[in-house]
Amino acid sequence: MATILSERGEFSVNAGPGKGLWLGAAEAATATGWSLRPEGLCRGEICVPAPKGREAEFTTADMVNLAAFWDHLVMPAAHSRDGDVWALGEGADNRAASLQSLQAPDFSLPDPDGTAHSLSDYHGKKVLLATWASW
Amino acid sequence: MWQDLYSGLQEQNFIIIAVAMDSRADAARPWIEAAAPTYPALIDRDHRVAELYNMVNVPQAVWINEAGRIVRPAENAGAFEAFRSLDFETMTVPEDKAATATAAKTTYVNAVRDWVLSGADSGYVFNDEQARARITVPSAEIAQAHCHFRLGQYLLRQARADEGQEHLAEASRLHPASWNIWRQAAAVNDLGLAAGPEFWERVNALGDAYYYPPVDMADMPK
Repeated sequence: MATILSERGEFSVNAGPGKGLWLGAAEAATATGWSLRPEGLCRGEICVPAPKGREAEFTTADMVNLAAFWDHLVMPAAHSRDGDVWALGEGADNRAASLQSLQAPDFSLPDPDGTAHSLSDYHGKKVLLATWASW
Repeated sequence: MWQDLYSGLQEQNFIIIAVAMDSRADAARPWIEAAAPTYPALIDRDHRVAELYNMVNVPQAVWINEAGRIVRPAENAGAFEAFRSLDFETMTVPEDKAATATAAKTTYVNAVRDWVLSGADSGYVFNDEQARARITVPSAEIAQAHCHFRLGQYLLRQARADEGQEHLAEASRLHPASWNIWRQAAAVNDLGLAAGPEFWERVNALGDAYYYPPVDMADMPK
């Protein structure tokens, strides 16, 4: 078992053996939004094929090495010493494009009672999004 | 911090979303209970909002209009760095600096009010071109830093303290401009503030650079 911390949340997954982060295609799609297709690893309109001659490091018939793809896509990733926890982040380029679009990125966070609030819950109002901290 | 402003504007199709950059909910909760805000006060243990909006300190704020568009990107929310003039003998700041801090806060709050009441006609609202020019976007290092921060916080919650701290330290190394990352990871003193000698060393190392860059408003006291 391994834990993936992604844009979509926190997921317990059955990681396969071997170097990297090998997952079944269905689990990989649930945890990351990237799906394995014949043309490569895809999200929306974008498909990224494994580099020629190195396919075995990236995919098998029904498994995908997310670590290899994240590295290949120059997206940020970090993992625990034992490889049982992986944080898979969004690429800086995508973050930048999102901000430059001026459409405010949505998020969902809990209040102290544990009730989740999303920015999008308040669509139609002006929002002052203000940070603070106790420290 | 924002309740007075909000109380006067809550009939104006306006909401404040306060986000605590606090990895320990227990640290933020007493402050929220004391303030008893009538707007949502959320707890962001992984500093998700800082990652999405490329924020580096608190307080920072973003103005978002009714269509969900950013009309003022992430910026200092009216704080003035009077604390840098703190006299350690008397533990006070000079009167003129304290007055500037009050004036800066008032100017910022008044600007928010003007926007809420005047909408796109407010002189404080940026058009798209102006807003884009003021957005700072994350580098690959910053994106990687947030990954380490998130992993580190997860490991700390799993009681894997040493390993978790290593990832927080790596996050700070990759994103040295983030006070959020550094102060969250720093040892807290008995006031719950990451304001020990290392904090002051770090602040002093700024030299002439700002801890709270002045808000880009013509009438903002500096």
